[in-house]
Amino acid sequence: MRGDFELRTQSGEVIDGGRGTVALCRCGLSAIKPLCDGTHKVGGFHASGGDRER
Amino acid sequence: MRLPHPRGPVSAAVIDALGHPCPYPLAVPPADGPVDGIVHDEDLQLALWTCYEMHYRGFDGVDDDWEWAPSLIAVRGALEERWLAGLRLLAPPVEVEPDAVPSALAELVAADDGPSLAGFLQRKATLEQFREFVAQRSVYHLKEADPHSWGIPRLEGSAKAALIEIQVDEYGGGRVERMHSELFRDVMRALDLDDDYGHYVDQAPAVTLAVTNTISLFGLRRSLGGALIGHLAAFEMTSSLPNRRYGNGLRRLGGDATATRFYDEHVEADAVHEQIAAHDLCGGYARQHPEAASDILFGATACLAVEAEFGRYLLGRWESSPEPLSRTA
Repeated sequence: MRGDFELRTQSGEVIDGGRGTVALCRCGLSAIKPLCDGTHKVGGFHASGGDRER
Repeated sequence: MRLPHPRGPVSAAVIDALGHPCPYPLAVPPADGPVDGIVHDEDLQLALWTCYEMHYRGFDGVDDDWEWAPSLIAVRGALEERWLAGLRLLAPPVEVEPDAVPSALAELVAADDGPSLAGFLQRKATLEQFREFVAQRSVYHLKEADPHSWGIPRLEGSAKAALIEIQVDEYGGGRVERMHSELFRDVMRALDLDDDYGHYVDQAPAVTLAVTNTISLFGLRRSLGGALIGHLAAFEMTSSLPNRRYGNGLRRLGGDATATRFYDEHVEADAVHEQIAAHDLCGGYARQHPEAASDILFGATACLAVEAEFGRYLLGRWESSPEPLSRTA
């Protein structure tokens, strides 16, 4: 995710993404949700919709 | 950094010449013969590493004008030809359509069957083995990101923007305390290792030097620009998961949050970088330069192959001898 955004927890606290562009977890397996930690590769997750939908 | 100790006739000739003000006669014995196994050629990898280092920080007491001395460039060029031929043997060509570069990179990484250095370090390594791993890695990590930065002025448009986005993060967004090379110093200090740039080069075997020589070769030869960004993509795409394991291994051995921050940071950062590198950098570059698509895959394959050689070397060494390395004092 790139651009002007702010991440918040369900209770509304701001999450520091650590950098201007972040990768969000879509597979549900990340240990650092909502951020991606690359675990989708172990879980064999494939996003529907092709490469550009990420 | 001091000049390293030579390991054969070529590195001896180069290191001897650098000890004199430039220009000074530099004659190198001609090299030929097979290039398979060149990743373990101590003399060649050290000579090449020394030539390249003139483009980074140089050496204490060495005339900086050696950087562009025609005689040294000629030596480097001859060594590079052999190293490149060896890399092409290690990394056979992969044909790919330009549009398919990001997915081909993902397939390449998924099919990588290199040895699990990360698994060993996470679960089994002794503190001394972890220290050796870190000392070896310091040859690259104390100049982390620098070799890929050679690509910046060679790119344009979206591919350039993508590389900048990754590199800015590598350099801590301009904050020295977040620079990855500085975070690595925290790891080294926590393990009571010397964090002076280049301190462990004399104890680094050829394969450790080859890790950096691969990127320097791709970075300093504009004709290998596609390979440079493919290398970076493979680096980033195989980073998050191993770094989590390295961090867990260091925690198991008593490392605190400062010690493990380098690894923890890479878990998060490289999950982002791998997307940028595969899609925006390599995908974007392949759209700009369709003819370079297979070069990108070559760089990625070479990265994985040399890393696998490094992993095999360390795991093999630990299996056969528990003693720490001490090539030279």
